[in-house]
Amino acid sequence: MSDLLSIALELGLKEDEYSRIVKILGRQPTKTEIAMYSVMWSEHCAYKHSRKLLSKLPKSSPYVLQGPGENAGIINIGEDKAIALKMESHNHPSAVEPFQGAATGVGGIVRDIFTMGARPIASMNSLRFGNLSNPRQRYLIDGVVDGIAQYGNCIGVPTVGGEIYFEDAYAENCLVNAMCVGLLEGEKIIMSGAAGPGNLVILMGSKTGRDGIGGCSVLASEEFDETSANKRPSVQVGNPFMEKLLIEAVLELKGKDLLVALQDFGAAGITCSSCEMSSKGEAGMELDLDKVPQREPNMAAYEMMMSESQERMMAVVTPEKLEQFMEVCDKWEVPASVVGKVTDDGMVTIRHKGRLEAQLPSKSLTDDIPIYCPEAKEPPYIKEVQSFDPLSLKEPDDLNEALLSILGSPDVASKKWVYSQYDHMVQTNTLLLPGSDAAVVGIKGTNKAIAITTDCNGRHCYLDPYEGTKEAVAEAARNIVCCGGKPLAVTDCLNFGNPEKPHIFWQFSQSIEGMIEACKALDTPVVSGNVSFYNESFGEAIYPTPTIGMVGIIEDIKHITSIAFKEGDAIILLGETKAELGGSQYLKVIHNKISGKPPAVDLEKEKSLQEAVLAAIKQGLVSSAHDSSDGGLAIALAKCCIAGGVGAWISLEYNNLSFAQALFSESNSRVIISCKADNAQKIQALCENNKITCQNIGQATGQSLSINNTINLPLGKLRDVYEKSLEKQIVGGKS
Amino acid sequence: MKFGVLVFPGSNCDTDCHWAVSELGQEVDYIWHHQTDFNGYDCLILPGGFSYGDFLRSGAIARFSPVMKKVKQYAQTGGLIIGICNGFQILLEAGLLPGAMKRNDSLKFICRHVNLKTENNQTSFTNKFTHGQVVSIPIAHNEGSYFADEATLKVLKENNQIIFRYCSETGNTSEKYCPNGALENIAGICNKEGNVLGMMPHPERAMSDMLGSSDGRMVFESIIAASLQGRGKRDE
Repeated sequence: MSDLLSIALELGLKEDEYSRIVKILGRQPTKTEIAMYSVMWSEHCAYKHSRKLLSKLPKSSPYVLQGPGENAGIINIGEDKAIALKMESHNHPSAVEPFQGAATGVGGIVRDIFTMGARPIASMNSLRFGNLSNPRQRYLIDGVVDGIAQYGNCIGVPTVGGEIYFEDAYAENCLVNAMCVGLLEGEKIIMSGAAGPGNLVILMGSKTGRDGIGGCSVLASEEFDETSANKRPSVQVGNPFMEKLLIEAVLELKGKDLLVALQDFGAAGITCSSCEMSSKGEAGMELDLDKVPQREPNMAAYEMMMSESQERMMAVVTPEKLEQFMEVCDKWEVPASVVGKVTDDGMVTIRHKGRLEAQLPSKSLTDDIPIYCPEAKEPPYIKEVQSFDPLSLKEPDDLNEALLSILGSPDVASKKWVYSQYDHMVQTNTLLLPGSDAAVVGIKGTNKAIAITTDCNGRHCYLDPYEGTKEAVAEAARNIVCCGGKPLAVTDCLNFGNPEKPHIFWQFSQSIEGMIEACKALDTPVVSGNVSFYNESFGEAIYPTPTIGMVGIIEDIKHITSIAFKEGDAIILLGETKAELGGSQYLKVIHNKISGKPPAVDLEKEKSLQEAVLAAIKQGLVSSAHDSSDGGLAIALAKCCIAGGVGAWISLEYNNLSFAQALFSESNSRVIISCKADNAQKIQALCENNKITCQNIGQATGQSLSINNTINLPLGKLRDVYEKSLEKQIVGGKS
Repeated sequence: MKFGVLVFPGSNCDTDCHWAVSELGQEVDYIWHHQTDFNGYDCLILPGGFSYGDFLRSGAIARFSPVMKKVKQYAQTGGLIIGICNGFQILLEAGLLPGAMKRNDSLKFICRHVNLKTENNQTSFTNKFTHGQVVSIPIAHNEGSYFADEATLKVLKENNQIIFRYCSETGNTSEKYCPNGALENIAGICNKEGNVLGMMPHPERAMSDMLGSSDGRMVFESIIAASLQGRGKRDE
């Protein structure tokens, strides 16, 4: 084997990919060039296993100003304002080093937002860990939450919500999906395409060091095994203070119209930015690495090209505006150096110490990449789990105890311990505090607000990736509607195992099919996103976890609706409860079983339900709304009571179901509404028009939750279990 | 009247403070940390955030910022200054207020609404409060556990310099209602002269019921009232 080929293999390229490089160039590549291809053609940067399927996702609607392909997607919210949104994974780094892994995950996604010229106004995160009884999992969650808190709090972007689930399947591969939303004012969006030969290429932000080399190729595009801890040097280290300065500097540069193009350094550092900016701008770029500010002496060209040092950006500026550009950077104490210029030859040319280190056609790194269409094959477990009948299990004698066990299980219990560590109020726009169905962030200077949510039930996706993904989209939209918003767009973060395995690729393709269908039905195009494959350790993959981040618009802040019951309210259940205990919290917590057919989603019914709920809210008929999902109706009712500080007297008709099914089934397309007694009839009429089942099930009153006189639990007890369980299991378990 | 909001690199509540006093119809400017020659302000606000990344220790670098020389002069001549969260930490580091800030006893950042008891309503910052009034204002900090030695604490008490204490909904200031381990539940203090206030809770985040509380307005309204009465010296 030639030396060059063995370097290529070591950097994660395959033998035929190496041959492809030789063919493209018509010569042997240099070591630096191999390094550049290895990162640009890595799964992480090139989406070579997912590109084909992703292209089928719906991408446009009248609201979409920018679809996938830029640093973030952008949707129009009117009044000359727009919202940028993007979600991204930082799973592999977080599994290896939780604090820095999660912190730099936040830094990366926030940079994607302000790179477009949007001020970051809210962050969310979707996390998955293994069972908390394991001390390593407690270490991981503690580190990840601390990392998100330290980074997010420092840069002054509120972390307003998210979700956390615990399953054994994530024990070796925790998931850290970070989402950020930004506000654009006026028409100008900063794009990333380098334009104008002779324009200057500027590197701004932190110096370049040896950290994070191979982060995307070695760390994020391979499975884990016993050597994973050795990959710690591949994790980057964050500096949120520099990020905060960059935010302000970039927004001032945008305001003064000093930028031709801008791109943040994500995975693959200088390589990725120079290639992508050149390729998108139909241009080339010449860089002199001697001009790159370096943190360490004697860095080789390939090290600089692959470094993933954080808080760096690449800007293209006209020579006339250089002085003004540098003034803004000086003001914010952001280091900036001219490192090269834009050319018209379509080549990325890299020089170091007078030597030509690389000269590659930019398109060959971004567009002419190897595309794989792996084989998809249904895994054998699917038939087995789907044939399981939950009714074969004996129902517990004490359903009060069962309810408390589910309410206090870490998936369901309040995440207060987590979100109280996040500054969720800075920027003074947080109009619904964490713990609601969706986060609600006001837009100053207007009467509008946006609702943001992330959703994915990994268990359901494992049991049926198609229905599970449909559900993730449907539930995200339902959450936004329950807060008074109209769902507008999706950013996704698709977490799967090794796509080269047919069973995994089957999960992925089923999931994409489900997403296409649901996003079309609910008019929520996918405007940005990220795929994270190879979430596997010792041959075991995580549950397929296609996290859906969704943003909706609340036209008037008076429509904002919380989940809190109000004393005296009538309680109405919209939608039907079916015999759908498959994959439920009830099965998991009470019977220690993850099996069965997960709840199905009838998208037409879902849409009618959401229209009815939003219409009722807009007509001012509703005092609270909450979707019934994880844990079923009983858990949803308990949460509405706890939030409102009032009990409820409930009488359910459940026909052919057992009482446990009525309480804990996780059927989709259900919403609990509370309203003034006078409004109940009007809501019923709305439901009839939309052909939605609607039952008056009781009243918010007293200081305990009573369901059919069988469930009888004092509010104080419910609150205690709901609010304190998670902290007890994380902190209490340490001794 | 006219407020000035200081901006250090890493300040992140500067725009919130700016917004809060604008909401009350007041004039307001940002004052950059390099500025040394500003004048014409009736009150300076040192906002929250992570000035200079809070490297070394919260507020430890900001105190050396060029603007702080002028802030000290402003304080000495009787100008009104309010430091909120990181702003309070900077005032402590700069010696404009006595005592020091430790990390929260939980060693975690804490962001939530807390209840505060108004211990002294005879100041330029609390004249709109009633004595002993319990208000709800959020905190968001990692280093908010106020500490002072016994002699300093004695002086604080003798001069009525303790302005706010953490408490229960009904105003009980027992230790168990302290979120961060602060000495005697101290959430806010002023200097002996009464023209410099430091508080960990964020009144600018409690400006309307939509944000969870409007109790924070009273802090700024008090400053406006005091200024109209000629308290605090307009720096010309």
